[in-house]
Amino acid sequence: MHTDKQLFDRKSQVFLLVLAVVTVAVLGLNILVPEGSALHVSTYTVTLLGKYLTFALLAIAVDLVWGYMGILSLGHGAFFALGGYAMGMYLMRQIGDRGVYGDPILPDFMVFLDWKELPWFWQGFDMFWFAMIMVVLVPGILAFVFGWLAFRSRVTGVYLSIITQAMTYALMLAFYRNEMGFGGNNGLTDFKDILGFSLQSNSTRLTLFALSAVFLALGYIACRYIVTSKLGRVCMAIRDSEDRTRFIGYRVDKVKLWVFVFSAALAGIAGALYVPQVGIINPNEFSPLNSIELVVWVAIGGRATLYGAVIGAVAVNYAKSYFTVAMPEVWLFALGGLFVLGTLYLPKGIAGLMNRKEAVA
Amino acid sequence: MFCLRKYDLAKCKSPIRFINIVMLLAVMMCSSTVWSDTFFDQSMSKLLGKNFKSVTQGVELLAKSNDERAEQVLQTLLAGDLYRLKKEKRLVTILEERGKGYLVTDILVADKTYEVTSKRKIKRVAINNTLRTKIKAAIAQIQLTDTDPTKRSAAVVSLFDVVDDSQIALFEKMYEHEKNDRVRSLIAFGVAIGHLKTGSVVEKITAIKTLEDSLEPAVRNALQATADNETDKSVAAAATKALGKIDQKIDNYALMETLFFGLSLGSVLVLAAIGLAITFGVMGVINMAHGELIMLGAYTTYVVQLIMPNNIGASLFVAVPAAFLVSGLVGIAIERGVIRHLYGRPLETLLATFGLSLILQQTVRTVFSPLNRSVETPDWMSGALEINPVFSITFNRLYIIIFCLIVFAMLFFVLKKTTLGLKVRAVSQNRAMARAMGVRSEWVDALTFGLGSGVAGVAGVALSQLTNVGPNLGQAYIIDSFMVVVFGGVGNLWGTLVAGMSLGVANKILEPMSGAVLAKILVLIFIILFIQKKPRGLFPQKGRGAEG
Repeated sequence: MHTDKQLFDRKSQVFLLVLAVVTVAVLGLNILVPEGSALHVSTYTVTLLGKYLTFALLAIAVDLVWGYMGILSLGHGAFFALGGYAMGMYLMRQIGDRGVYGDPILPDFMVFLDWKELPWFWQGFDMFWFAMIMVVLVPGILAFVFGWLAFRSRVTGVYLSIITQAMTYALMLAFYRNEMGFGGNNGLTDFKDILGFSLQSNSTRLTLFALSAVFLALGYIACRYIVTSKLGRVCMAIRDSEDRTRFIGYRVDKVKLWVFVFSAALAGIAGALYVPQVGIINPNEFSPLNSIELVVWVAIGGRATLYGAVIGAVAVNYAKSYFTVAMPEVWLFALGGLFVLGTLYLPKGIAGLMNRKEAVA
Repeated sequence: MFCLRKYDLAKCKSPIRFINIVMLLAVMMCSSTVWSDTFFDQSMSKLLGKNFKSVTQGVELLAKSNDERAEQVLQTLLAGDLYRLKKEKRLVTILEERGKGYLVTDILVADKTYEVTSKRKIKRVAINNTLRTKIKAAIAQIQLTDTDPTKRSAAVVSLFDVVDDSQIALFEKMYEHEKNDRVRSLIAFGVAIGHLKTGSVVEKITAIKTLEDSLEPAVRNALQATADNETDKSVAAAATKALGKIDQKIDNYALMETLFFGLSLGSVLVLAAIGLAITFGVMGVINMAHGELIMLGAYTTYVVQLIMPNNIGASLFVAVPAAFLVSGLVGIAIERGVIRHLYGRPLETLLATFGLSLILQQTVRTVFSPLNRSVETPDWMSGALEINPVFSITFNRLYIIIFCLIVFAMLFFVLKKTTLGLKVRAVSQNRAMARAMGVRSEWVDALTFGLGSGVAGVAGVALSQLTNVGPNLGQAYIIDSFMVVVFGGVGNLWGTLVAGMSLGVANKILEPMSGAVLAKILVLIFIILFIQKKPRGLFPQKGRGAEG
């Protein structure tokens, strides 16, 4: 794996170049080509692509801990959703008195529940900078507490997977409760604008798409930086033989904890970019199925490559968008088949296929 | 279901009941001239009267009459189904609507029908609330002489609110003839309530002493009324004390009920998890499709009931082996087809079996529709064992606990006492050595997985009686099952039993305090924290086997 030592190896250069070209091309085709033309990319498609990009960022976060450190987290959907809720709370406060009930401070669902004042944990979310800090901080702190407890007592492998799943399941149940103050099973929706720009307008949507691409690139570079650093090599050592790494003298639990927290924060950012583009966040995002599904994106794309995670996320989600419209009953068969065949016959994912071709050539 | 209550188990023998039913039918078919007495005939003419006063007198006369038909007339009257046929001066009930009119039948002569051409020709016998109370009391009065002790006790209890001097006398007379202990004690309570209302101070205090032992809500109300309104201080104090005692008892029974509910929930958890305790615990295979194997068991029950719709009572006994076979075979197919290639790669196994679970869900959705299917509950599953007025044991919960223990015992037996069990344990402890001794480890793997899957199917039969049978049935239980196995300690059947039961009880104890969802969340958090403290569960495996 000598090529891994470079921050920008050839594959990274190709990946970043492709990402940049696609982003610019999509934006250009939307703005410059007139509507009705065959080459025009509709704003709807742009938003859809933006959604895929946030999923790709989430997949990178999972790949970092699973591919490079061997922690199969079945709870990354929870960090994503928490980031999304933080963003959703900001957007909710921006609605102001334009809600159905017209209360200047309380969101609609609180008026509906007959609450008199804003709960303490909603304070401050009317400020963008505060919400953005929370986007990173809330998932980060949860990951820190959870990871600190788990890694210190050496909960590893399947056990860790199962308790991360229990974590997201518990959060889902909690967020479904109206009393939690996050809108119950309807979640947060009906957003109007972000930083004064209307969420419905074309330019805001294009900007959000561009931002998703930028954050994906930044996230990729950051993860790439980690895995090419000495820290990254310790991570891989932990993945390959945790006990041996510990015996050599590395503080395995600390390394795992910080990378896990970083990954959770990344997932939170992805969630924050996701919510304004789809316009809703509800407790379903916490469902264990979502978290497992995103692990499959990474598995299909190819573990421990980062760009493979992006390919997997985009490919599987494109297939999902296509199948759920065209043949909804086939989608679960297809997804289930992907799980089974992917793990049996494509242990290295699509990225592995590409590498093999390269090796043959 | 005849024997619903414990206290009449001894008395309730079906031949006797059968004779009763035959007699009842005979009565209904007989013409009105037989068995009538003067009270009854008088009451009939009173009921034809047009004002409440007349009807009230009719009801009182009916209560006094010994006529077998009196109760039926009163019940019809109470339900508001009794009509006056104006011209013929007969009491009738409506059989069916016929054009503008009705086809009515005589209340006394079942086979005598009248064609009524206009709705105006009949008039409902009107009742009001005062009358309604009277009718209920009259029905109770009649039922006091019923041959069924269950009905007698219910009648006594329903008279508690209206005891007066004449009723006390009646109760005391009845007490001498009554043979059933339960009815006797209820009558004693009734007399005591009467004394509490009308007796002297001494009588009242003795009455309170008697009533202390009762848990009937009506008794509690009477005591409460005495404690609040009684002018004599010693009586009021005694009543308050008795109330305290009763409340203490009710609290104790409430605790027992919580425990019982907890154990039954725990049994469900154990049933759902015990198959996993084998596949995950003994073999170390993470089977995320475990929930779907449970679901298959539930659907097998549904199909079995479709095949034998006239035999719902026996269907469960067919469904249990059928579900074991179906889920077991699917399990073996999964093991041979997928898991075999992934041994030693637990995370990949997790993903692949999760994929299988999606495929199984979608298959069921395609074959049976995404809607929930209704699985019928056999008669012997419904009903309850009423131990006292505040504590009763529902049969379905009781059976689920028993069923869980049977399944557990059988599984334990298979693993500890049979050759298959020996081989399973040998392979799980040291595969290479077992193979060297001539154990066909691949064969054992498949059978073990089939066994665990089959048990999941059996759990599905039990769950089909408790929850909705739908494609998502399995998903609801998979996380719980894993929690139970991990909490109990992987590879330990006893651990699974203890863990399931204690989680069930903990859930039910927390529920009234925090609500069902929050209770579940708290239990999940507790397990997450518990695993940090003891990563290998309540009962960790010891020895070399534990290291692998």
